[in-house]
Amino acid sequence: MDVITKDLLRLATIGSVDDGKSTLIGRLLVDTRQLFDDQMDAVAAASEKRGVGDLDLSFVTDGLRAEREQGITIDVAYRYATTPTRKFIIADCPGHVQYTANMATGASTADLALVVLDVAAGLKEQTRRHLCIAALLGVRSIVVAVNKMDAVDWSQIAFQRVVDEIETLSRRLGFKSVNVIPTSALLGDNVVETSTNLTWYQGPTVLEALEASEAGAWEHTNTQGARLPIQWVLRQPGGGRTYAGMVCGDSLRVGDKVTLLPANVETTITGINFGGEPIDEATVGLAADIDLEDETSAGRGDMIATKPLPKMVNEIATTICWFGEKPLAVGQRLRMKHTTKVAPVRVKTINGVIDIERLDVDESISLGTNEIGLATLQTASLMVVDDYRSNRVTGSFVLIDEATNATVAAGMVGRASFL
Amino acid sequence: MTVTPPSVSRKTDHLDLLESHAIFILREVVAECERPVLLFSGGKDSAVLLHLAVKAFAPQQLPFPVMHIDTGQNFPEVIAFRDATVERTGARLVVAKVQDTIDQGKVADPGLMGSRNRLQTVTLLDAINDNDFDAAFGGARRDEDKARAKERILSFRDVFGQWDPRQQRPELWQLYQGKVNPGEHVRAFPLSDWTELDVWQYIEREQMELPEIYFAHERDVIMRDGMWLAVGPFVEPRDDEPVKRLTVRFRTVGDANCTGAVLSNAATLEEIIDEIVIANVSERGATRADDKFSETAMEDRKREGYF
Repeated sequence: MDVITKDLLRLATIGSVDDGKSTLIGRLLVDTRQLFDDQMDAVAAASEKRGVGDLDLSFVTDGLRAEREQGITIDVAYRYATTPTRKFIIADCPGHVQYTANMATGASTADLALVVLDVAAGLKEQTRRHLCIAALLGVRSIVVAVNKMDAVDWSQIAFQRVVDEIETLSRRLGFKSVNVIPTSALLGDNVVETSTNLTWYQGPTVLEALEASEAGAWEHTNTQGARLPIQWVLRQPGGGRTYAGMVCGDSLRVGDKVTLLPANVETTITGINFGGEPIDEATVGLAADIDLEDETSAGRGDMIATKPLPKMVNEIATTICWFGEKPLAVGQRLRMKHTTKVAPVRVKTINGVIDIERLDVDESISLGTNEIGLATLQTASLMVVDDYRSNRVTGSFVLIDEATNATVAAGMVGRASFL
Repeated sequence: MTVTPPSVSRKTDHLDLLESHAIFILREVVAECERPVLLFSGGKDSAVLLHLAVKAFAPQQLPFPVMHIDTGQNFPEVIAFRDATVERTGARLVVAKVQDTIDQGKVADPGLMGSRNRLQTVTLLDAINDNDFDAAFGGARRDEDKARAKERILSFRDVFGQWDPRQQRPELWQLYQGKVNPGEHVRAFPLSDWTELDVWQYIEREQMELPEIYFAHERDVIMRDGMWLAVGPFVEPRDDEPVKRLTVRFRTVGDANCTGAVLSNAATLEEIIDEIVIANVSERGATRADDKFSETAMEDRKREGYF
């Protein structure tokens, strides 16, 4: 049997609680035969035990005891699927507002967001919040499953009402590709199998839309410059050193003129290795190590870059999703992890909080749990950053509580164009 | 200065991306944590993990030891593979024995034939404490089990070694943060996003060695609890369990008394890959008695600090 390698699409499900995200993923996995017999048996047994019918498809991804007891998703489940044309990594995210940090975890590496919403309920606040976060995180493509069509008697009018709402919001948020599909995850209509109940709909099924969308968007950023944040210095036999890290933005080749930052030393790549073997080119996403012509004192946290170069700053205007239990306030000290560098930061100003309904910035002096806002951070050392819109790796950071080491915020350099 | 002209750009496929992602995680944890250790059972997943670790730090020596939690109920082929691999890579091997935990009276002795699977957790947590390890790499994959599907790549453990699935740290982008306070540690799973098929395809691509029991061979087996168990020092046939000599292989490697063999003629990596592509039973479902106790067997063990 010929097993060829395929391209990889990373997707995250988003949307409000109870609109059917987990059921739709369960349906997708069952109907594309990704589940083994014993896994199907286990889902059936768990369904019977909890008296929820023959096969509760949400149990395919809701694997924790508490999730099955409460019938909700608490944290992201990662599932893997392969079809004849591609491989999928699926992050099934929770819908509840209290688990927004988990949703952001799942969506942060997604090429595409699969939005699931209940046709009868339309765009709920939580769905808007998730779409806003997905847009902020740089997701450019969305597939929208307008779900529970069986409950509105397959009504085209009901569907169209939701489509209009989504299209208005999507334009505002700047999604590049939007595919809206009427579905019934419960009955399997238009998930994998074309619906016979929705004869007025001529478009693709959810699976067809996923197979046709752009893969690898997360790794391939818009910046023109290549970047290698140094993770580790490898000592070579004979006394030399090479700089190990994952390449982003663009490829690096032997002979490329590069700048070491923040030292601002211009030099040339004389060698590239992968796993101890020499190669000519380090493509985006490769964890390579690089030899430079000039002797430098570079180390972890420094960056090797090609032009146009990233900015060097010790004050950063950012967009922040705050997950801490207590509000984020001016003057607060935290630790920032940005690429491979960890540095203390102080909140200099809070420049507003985003109103999810109006997608507008309101004045505020603090950010509450799960609020998204704008803040200027002062950093203890010089940071080498790109705007998040041009590079998801060098434009992103997390904030860490200094006492507990908990991750309390996700941050992006700059602000989204829709704000 | 002369520079080699750049060759035609090779398309990076999904195995390249998984490989680099794993190497990236290995380096991040080593950079952020004080005393990491790699958990090495001699099974295929930990063999891949060790292979990746060697690549991540080549040409240097591994910057951490490897540790085997030895239940004393191993397949001899696996121990031979463990020792050969450790010698070849030059890694320092730490062995923590479940027998020592039993002798210290910390857990009850289940007897020669009894399962020591769950007892391993105590041995593992003691070894992490005794050696002051603050990070432990494991070869667990999210496609193995529904509780594992929920776990972060860097999974925080409190001073009791417990995993709390309701209080996981947000883990955005590839910003893995492994800082912990004294007594706490993280488990790091660089193979989180790999599937069973990815692992086998990678083993084939890298032409890796594996313990012989993964490949089809003749063996005396008995049928117990719906699984073919290898007859040996830890599995004695009962009166109603006739011994059969069959061609089998092992799809996973755990303790000899709770890991089932599958009937198979797949004797090469290529044949194993063909077999997995059309398999209709999951890896753990086919071969692990330890997951069959209850609906949440893995979650319950993981909460206590299991691998």
